[in-house]
Amino acid sequence: MRWLYFIPVVIFLSVVGIAGYFLLSGENPQVLPSTLIDQPIPATDLALLDDPSRLTATSLAIGKITLVNFFASWCLPCRAEHPQLMSLSKQKDLSLTGIAWKDKPEDARSFLQDLGNPFGRVALDISGRTGIDWGVYGVPETFIIDAMGKIRYRHVGPIMPQDMDRIQSVLSKLQP
Amino acid sequence: MRYFPLVGFLLLFALPTLALQPEERLTDSILEARARTISREIRCLVCQNQSIDDSDADLARDLRRIIRERLTAGDTDAAVKDFLVMRYGDFVLLRPPFRLSTLVLWLIPFAVLICGGISFWAMSRRTINAPVSLTPEEKLRLEILTKDHP
Repeated sequence: MRWLYFIPVVIFLSVVGIAGYFLLSGENPQVLPSTLIDQPIPATDLALLDDPSRLTATSLAIGKITLVNFFASWCLPCRAEHPQLMSLSKQKDLSLTGIAWKDKPEDARSFLQDLGNPFGRVALDISGRTGIDWGVYGVPETFIIDAMGKIRYRHVGPIMPQDMDRIQSVLSKLQP
Repeated sequence: MRYFPLVGFLLLFALPTLALQPEERLTDSILEARARTISREIRCLVCQNQSIDDSDADLARDLRRIIRERLTAGDTDAAVKDFLVMRYGDFVLLRPPFRLSTLVLWLIPFAVLICGGISFWAMSRRTINAPVSLTPEEKLRLEILTKDHP
C-alpha cells in the first residue's frame, strides 16, 4: 500500500507537465481557431471604396490566391502590420483585398493615402456585420483564400515580420 | 465607525452598471427575456471571460443586437446559438457542449470524485484495523507497570 502515497505526487506532476506544455508551446489561447477553414466564403455583398462595383463571395474566387485583410484606420496594430502587407502586395501570384471594418470611408481612404495602398480593391463594412459573418472579432484579421474560393488560412492580429515565414509557407502550399 | 453613514451614503452611488443599453431592449418582454438568457451564455470574444450581457465591448453590443434581430425574426433559442457557433465556434458558448472533444473536460470532475471516494474508503478501512491487540511481552510489561501503582 506504500505506493499509494505517490499517487498525489504523480497527479501533481502530470498537472504541472500539462500546464507547462501549453504555457511553453507559444500558442496564444486567446486566438480562436476559425470555423471557416476549408469552407467557402460566407455570403458577402459590400460596397467598394471609390469603385461602383461590389465585393461579393464570387468576386473573391478569381482563380488566384487572394488575401483578405480586415483593417480599420482607428486600429493601431493595423499600422504595425501595414509594411508586411505592402511587401505581400508586390507578389505577382497574389491578389490583396482590404475590408475596412467599422470605419468611415473617408478615414479608410486617408489611411491608405498616408501609408500606401497594398490592396487591389477596398470594400467597406461600415456596420461590421460582414466581419461578424466571417467570424472576425477584432482588427486586423487576415484570411487566405485559394483559387477555388475556399478559405484556407486565418491570421488573427497583425501580421508581423516574424509571421511572414508562416504566411509564405501557406501561400506556397496553395500554389497550383 | 463614525464613517459608516458616509460610506453607506457613497455606496448608494455604486449601483451596478448594465452593459445593455436601454435602446437595445425589445418592447416584447418575452423576447427580451429570452435575449437576456441567451446573452448570458454567449462569451464576449473581445474580453473572453465575460458574457456579452456583461460586456461593454463594441462587438458584444453587435452580438446582442444580432440575437434580438434573430429572435424577432422568429428563430428558436437553439437556432440563435447555432448562428453564433457557425461564425465563432464552440468557444463562443460559455457552457461547453458535451462532445467527444470535450469528454475529458466534462468527465474529470466525476473521475476526481470517484478517486477521492475510493481513497477515502481505503483510509477509513485502515483506521478500523488500526487497534492491534498487545503482544504477550507487552501484556507482561503492562502488568509489571500497573502492579506497583494500583
